[in-house]
Amino acid sequence: MNDLAFREPSFVADAVRIARKDLLIEFRSRSGFLSAAVFALLSLAIFRFSWDPTAVSSIDLAPGILWVIFTFAGLLGLNRSFNVEQVDRAMDALLASPVSREAVFAGKALGNFVFVMAVQLLALPTLALFFGLPVGPEWWGVLAVALLAGVGFVAVGTLFAAVASNTRLAEMLLPMLALPFFVPVLIPAAQATSSLLAGRPLSEVVPELKIMGAFDIVFVAACTLAFPFTLEE
Amino acid sequence: MADSDTGTLSAPQRAVVRRNGPPPELEGGTALVADGVTRKYGARAVVKNVSLRLNAGDCLALFGPNGAGKTTLLRMLGGLLKPHSGRVTLHGRELPGEAATRRLLGVISHRSMLYDALTVRENVMFAAECQGLRHAAAATDAVLEQLHVHDRADTPVRALSRGLQQRVSIARALVHGPRLVLLDEPYTGLDETGARALTDALRALKANGATVVLITHNLSEGLALATETAIMRDGMFVHQMTRPPEDYVVTEYATMYRELVAGVE
Amino acid sequence: MTSVSMPETGTSVRRTMPALDWVLVLALLAVGGAVVRALVFTPADAMLGAVQRLLYVHVPSAIQGMYVACTIMAVCGGLYLWIKDERLDRIAESAAEVGFVFLSVVLVTGAIWGKSSWGTAWAWEPRLTSALFLWFVVLSYLVLRDAIENREARARLSAVLGVLALLLVPFIHMTVYLFRGLHPEPLALKPGKPDMSPEMLTTFLIANLAFMFLFFALVRVRYQWASMRDERAALEQA
Repeated sequence: MNDLAFREPSFVADAVRIARKDLLIEFRSRSGFLSAAVFALLSLAIFRFSWDPTAVSSIDLAPGILWVIFTFAGLLGLNRSFNVEQVDRAMDALLASPVSREAVFAGKALGNFVFVMAVQLLALPTLALFFGLPVGPEWWGVLAVALLAGVGFVAVGTLFAAVASNTRLAEMLLPMLALPFFVPVLIPAAQATSSLLAGRPLSEVVPELKIMGAFDIVFVAACTLAFPFTLEE
Repeated sequence: MADSDTGTLSAPQRAVVRRNGPPPELEGGTALVADGVTRKYGARAVVKNVSLRLNAGDCLALFGPNGAGKTTLLRMLGGLLKPHSGRVTLHGRELPGEAATRRLLGVISHRSMLYDALTVRENVMFAAECQGLRHAAAATDAVLEQLHVHDRADTPVRALSRGLQQRVSIARALVHGPRLVLLDEPYTGLDETGARALTDALRALKANGATVVLITHNLSEGLALATETAIMRDGMFVHQMTRPPEDYVVTEYATMYRELVAGVE
Repeated sequence: MTSVSMPETGTSVRRTMPALDWVLVLALLAVGGAVVRALVFTPADAMLGAVQRLLYVHVPSAIQGMYVACTIMAVCGGLYLWIKDERLDRIAESAAEVGFVFLSVVLVTGAIWGKSSWGTAWAWEPRLTSALFLWFVVLSYLVLRDAIENREARARLSAVLGVLALLLVPFIHMTVYLFRGLHPEPLALKPGKPDMSPEMLTTFLIANLAFMFLFFALVRVRYQWASMRDERAALEQA
C-alpha cells in the first residue's frame, strides 16, 4: 500500500523554489546583501566627493558611476551563489534529486537577479540624491534598462560563479572571468542611461536596448546549456 | 512513480502507512546491478571493472582503506558520476536516469548536505518538495518524528549538535521513501544516540525492502547490518561475501581485513 | 632526442624535448624572410611612411591570434565537451598560449603604429578593441587553467570558457560600433585595408603565410610539451 504521491518535476517550480531558498538564506544571514549595499552607497559617496561639478555635469558623470558600482556590487553577490551549496555539500543532494540541472541554474540565476535588483533599487535613488539629478518619468526608462542589464549580468555571472567555485581562487577569478562578458551589457546600459537622463526619448536608445536584448537571449540560453558542464559528472 | 493520491486515510496517516511496505512493482527481485563499472582519473583507474548485484532488502557493507575508490563507486551507484565504462541499473532503469529514477535514491554522507542557516523543517521540506512529494509537509512531519528530531523542527541547523545534524540529514535523505539508500561513512562523528538512531533507520529500510549500500570504517556496525560484504582495495573488490544475518564473527573478519589491506594504510 | 622504454608497458616516453625542432626552425626562417622582404624589397607606403611596414606583422598576428587561435580554442573546447578526448584539450591549451603571444604583438604593434601615425597609442576602433578584449579573455582562460589542479575539471571548465568566448566576439564588435568615445576615430585608420601596390600585396600575402606557418609550428611544439607533461603526470600517479 504505497501512498507516496509524487508530481512530475516542474522547471519553473523547481527554479523558483531554489531561488526562494537562496533568498531566505541570504535574508537570514544578511551579510551578503549588507556588504553589497554598503559598498554601493559608500562608493557613490566617494565618487560624489571626488567630483568637480564645474568640470563635468552630473548628468554626464552619473551613468558611468552607476554602472561601475552595479558591476562590483553585483560581483559581491555573485561570489556567494555557490558557497552555500559547497559548505556542507548540499549541492550533492540537489543533484541526486529529480530537479534538472537547468532548473538549478535558473534558480540560482533568479536568486542572483533579485539580489542585484535589490541593490540597484537602493543605488538609483541614492544616485539621484547625491548627484542632484532631476527625478522625472525618465527614471522608469532607467529602471527598464536596469532590468534588461540585470538579466544578462546574472546569466553570465552565475555561470562563471559556478566555474570559479571549482577553483582555488574563486573570489579573485570570478571578476576576471566575468568582466569581459559584462562589457556588451554595461556599455549600452551606461549610454542608454546617459541619454535617458539627458531627456532623450526612449526611441533614441533602441539600438542600445537591442544589443542588450540580444545579449540576454543568447547568453541566457548559452549559459543554461553550459551549466551542466560545470558539474563533475 | 507518479500516481494519483486517492485514499480514505488522512494525509499524515497515509504518510505513516507508506513506511510499512514497498510499492508492489518493486517488491523483491533484483534491485541494483553494476556491470563492469570503471572510472578513471586521468590515465589511472580509480574504480576498476567492478560488478555487483543486490536484491531489494539487501544491505552491502563496503569496507576498505582510504583512496580505495569506495566513494567514487558509491557516487556511480547513485548516478552522481558516470562510469567511463560499464553501466549501473536500478530496478531495470539505467543510471544516471531521468527524474522518476532519481526519485528512488537517497544519499547520506558524513557531510550533512544541509543549509545551516535554515531550520530543520525548512531543510527537510525543501528536499521533500524537490523530490516532488505532493504532501511534502505531512511527509516532513512523519520523517522528523521517525528520527526523533521533531521537537527541534524550528531550530536552525547550525544550532544543532553534530549528532542531531546527522539525524536531520538522514531525515532529508529518507523523506521520500527511497528504494536505494547510499551512505558514505555516516557514522563519522556520531555519538551513541545518533549511531543507534541511524542503525534503527537502516534496519527499518531493509525491512521495507529498500536496498542499502553502506561505506563505513566501523566493521562491527557494518557487519551487524550487512547481508553482503565487500572489501575494496585499489579500485577492485578483493573480497566479497554473502553472509547470513546470524553469523556475526567480527574478529575473524577484522583479521582477514587487516591482511587484505596490508601495505596500503 | 632521447627516449626511454618503460619496462612494464613497453611504451617509449620522450624524456626531453628535441634539441632542435625542424618545423619551428623553418617557420622562423620563413618569418625572417618575410621581414627581410618587407624591409628591404618592398617600398614604404607614400602616405603612411615607414611605420606602415608594421602592417606586415600586425595584421598577420591579428589573423592568427584573433581568428585562428580563438576558433581553435572554441571548436576544440566544444568537441572536448562532446567526446572527452584529452588531445583536444591539449590543442586548445596550446592554441591559447600561442594566441596570447600573437595578440600581445597585435596590441603592441598597433600602439607603435598609432603613436607614430595618428599621435595616439590607442584608439577605440572595432578591431583593436576586439583584440584587447580577446587578449583579456585568453588571459583569463590561461589563469583559469592555472587555478585548477584536477586534469579533467581543467579541461572541462576551460572548454566552457572557450566556447562562450567565441559567442562574445560578435557582441564586442557590436558594442564598439555603438560606443561614442571622447575623440573621433582617426581618419587615416586602416590597419588592414590600405591601397596596396602589387609589390606590397605580395609581401603582405607572404607575411600572412609565414605567420600562419609560425603559429602552427609554435602550437605544435607547445602541444608536444603538453603531451609530455601529461604523460609524466600520469606515470607519477599510477
